[in-house]
Amino acid sequence: MFGLRNKPVRYLLQAFNYSVFMALIWYFATEPSIRILADDEAMITIAFAHAGDLREPCRKLSNEELQELAPNMRKPEECPRERSPVSIEVLLDEQRIYRETFEPPGLFQDGSIDVYYRGKMPAGEHHIEVKMDDSVRKKGFNHSIEKNISIDPAHILLIEFDSVKGFSIK
Amino acid sequence: MGWNVDSDYIRGIFPVLVNPVKRAYLALESWFNISFGTEWNPLYHLGTLSFFLFWVILVSGLYLFIPFHGSLSGAYESVEYITHDQWYAAGIMRSLHRYASDAVVITVLLHMFKEFASGRYRGFRWFSWVTGVPNLWAIIALGITGYWLVWDELAQYVAIGSARLMDALPFIPATMTRNFVAGEMTDRFFILIEFLHLLGQPLILFFMLWIHVKRLSNVNINPPRGLAAGTFIALLALSLFKPAVSQAPANLSTMPQTLQIDWFYLNVYPLLDYWPEGYTWVLTISITSLIMILPWIPPKKEGPVAVVDLDHCNGCGLCFDDCPFDAITIQARSDGKKFEKEVVVSPELCGSCGICAGSCPSSNPFRSSKTELKTGIDMPQLTVDELRNKTNEAIAAMDGEVKILVYGCEHGLNVKRLERNDTKGLRLICSGMIPPTLVEYALKQGADGVMVIGCRQNDCFYRFGNRWTKKRFAGERNPILRGRADRDRIRQHGGSETDKNAIERDLVKFRAELLELNQADEVSSEQLG
Repeated sequence: MFGLRNKPVRYLLQAFNYSVFMALIWYFATEPSIRILADDEAMITIAFAHAGDLREPCRKLSNEELQELAPNMRKPEECPRERSPVSIEVLLDEQRIYRETFEPPGLFQDGSIDVYYRGKMPAGEHHIEVKMDDSVRKKGFNHSIEKNISIDPAHILLIEFDSVKGFSIK
Repeated sequence: MGWNVDSDYIRGIFPVLVNPVKRAYLALESWFNISFGTEWNPLYHLGTLSFFLFWVILVSGLYLFIPFHGSLSGAYESVEYITHDQWYAAGIMRSLHRYASDAVVITVLLHMFKEFASGRYRGFRWFSWVTGVPNLWAIIALGITGYWLVWDELAQYVAIGSARLMDALPFIPATMTRNFVAGEMTDRFFILIEFLHLLGQPLILFFMLWIHVKRLSNVNINPPRGLAAGTFIALLALSLFKPAVSQAPANLSTMPQTLQIDWFYLNVYPLLDYWPEGYTWVLTISITSLIMILPWIPPKKEGPVAVVDLDHCNGCGLCFDDCPFDAITIQARSDGKKFEKEVVVSPELCGSCGICAGSCPSSNPFRSSKTELKTGIDMPQLTVDELRNKTNEAIAAMDGEVKILVYGCEHGLNVKRLERNDTKGLRLICSGMIPPTLVEYALKQGADGVMVIGCRQNDCFYRFGNRWTKKRFAGERNPILRGRADRDRIRQHGGSETDKNAIERDLVKFRAELLELNQADEVSSEQLG
């Protein structure tokens, strides 16, 4: 009951159906393309891991306290595990573009935080300022960097932090 | 009646939507039937076609593995070599690998849609549905890692997007995204992705596919050769006409301004530019969960399952051979009768199709014509005895030169719509439940012709109703239609609700042929007389 008996027409129609199927694949395998950045846009990325300062300072143990401990447990200092939250702020041409406070992870709030942020920014010359407060024992931002930068369209401005070298902007 | 499945469609969700959608789908099927016929119609082989595409992906992938360099510095260069320097072999393989992967998303989505629109996802079929939906996730995940390996700008986009999605999950402790800032990415991570794509994910996918078809009997994973050849030629033509190419090499210091993405696999990623990662997860998980619980919204009213009557079962096993859902098992005789075996029905697996009743040699209407017809395995909602009585009533009610009795399954065309004075319709659960001897019986009782209409050929609601009936009538599968039955007076068809006109046209032809046969019979009996 179904199906054409004329073989050439039948195969021709099959070819047409296969062509439609393949055209569908061809088109959606690449199109429509997506626009990620405008012609005059660049990106800013902040990416680093950092452990905040200890909430309480380490305390030196007295001789009496040390004697009470087993010989293999006698460390001269006792340090609390809990760390400070870390606040980060980024200003681009004096406009705040990012601000976030991270609580230290872990059961004892003693882990290091992972920072990852990415956002769009206009390409060209800018003044950038990055500040971080990682200690409840010190007032205000205790790490910062300021820099005049020039960034090309489609490039990524990368902000990193190293506990020894401090902030870097690449 | 309780087992009227048409009313099940209406009770299903989106009652207004499903039927028009189903009708549109049936129209597309009809269009393909014109050029492909029912044997090669791709819409009847979406599952097997997907398996075939997997083989294409697997073989081309194995070939590509040879020249591919699995390192951060070498991956892009090696893919460029594959694409341009060896375009005639590895380049074509790359294109086949990619386009077959795209095609499989289409066939799997159509497969899901078809099963949904046909109501073949509920009741006893919940297992296949629930185990099938995650396969799409597994396929998409496999495609994503594949795009990663090219290590071009698209790979960079996919890698960062994937890492952001992973970081949004509460059980992932460290930040994966930081791996993708300039200078941080290492070969180690790249090799992990390569391992996943080449071994881990394919193994998981094949295991999931095995689970998916586990509750089916006589599983076929190969499409008809003509369809496989046609699909392969089409993919090859596309590969030659529009070879798959890479985009610019990945550069973690820059971000591409525009990007051509594969929408079959990467459609979620552009959402990340507008939504937080968590929302994207909630959206995709919600859609998947909703699709997975569809079989229970609302719960399907199941028909009674097949019942074995050991007094009439000799344990021949024909019903065991014919059951499409592995719901029948054979065990040692438990009632002390002289036979060795008996059959047992698993209620949770039984689809209530009645194919077993049609296969039972005891379902012979010539037996015990004066008393109730008992058979070895029967359907409580429509027993073979009831079927015989209805056959007698329908023949008695017909009037005209040519009397045609039309048996039709509940899932194809409603044969009641074909009725007129000389034509009566009887609805079955499945065309496969008709014992061949009942056709012979109907002819003997006064019907001039018998037409059996199932679902569209190769698209049986219960998988094998059409096929087994065709084979039984052709004498190729037990119980066979006996040689004495006049084949010229028997027609078998497949057709859905939208095929009424085509079937009616054939019915007119059949009527004319039967009239000629009747006249010829009259002449020969006069000559003999």
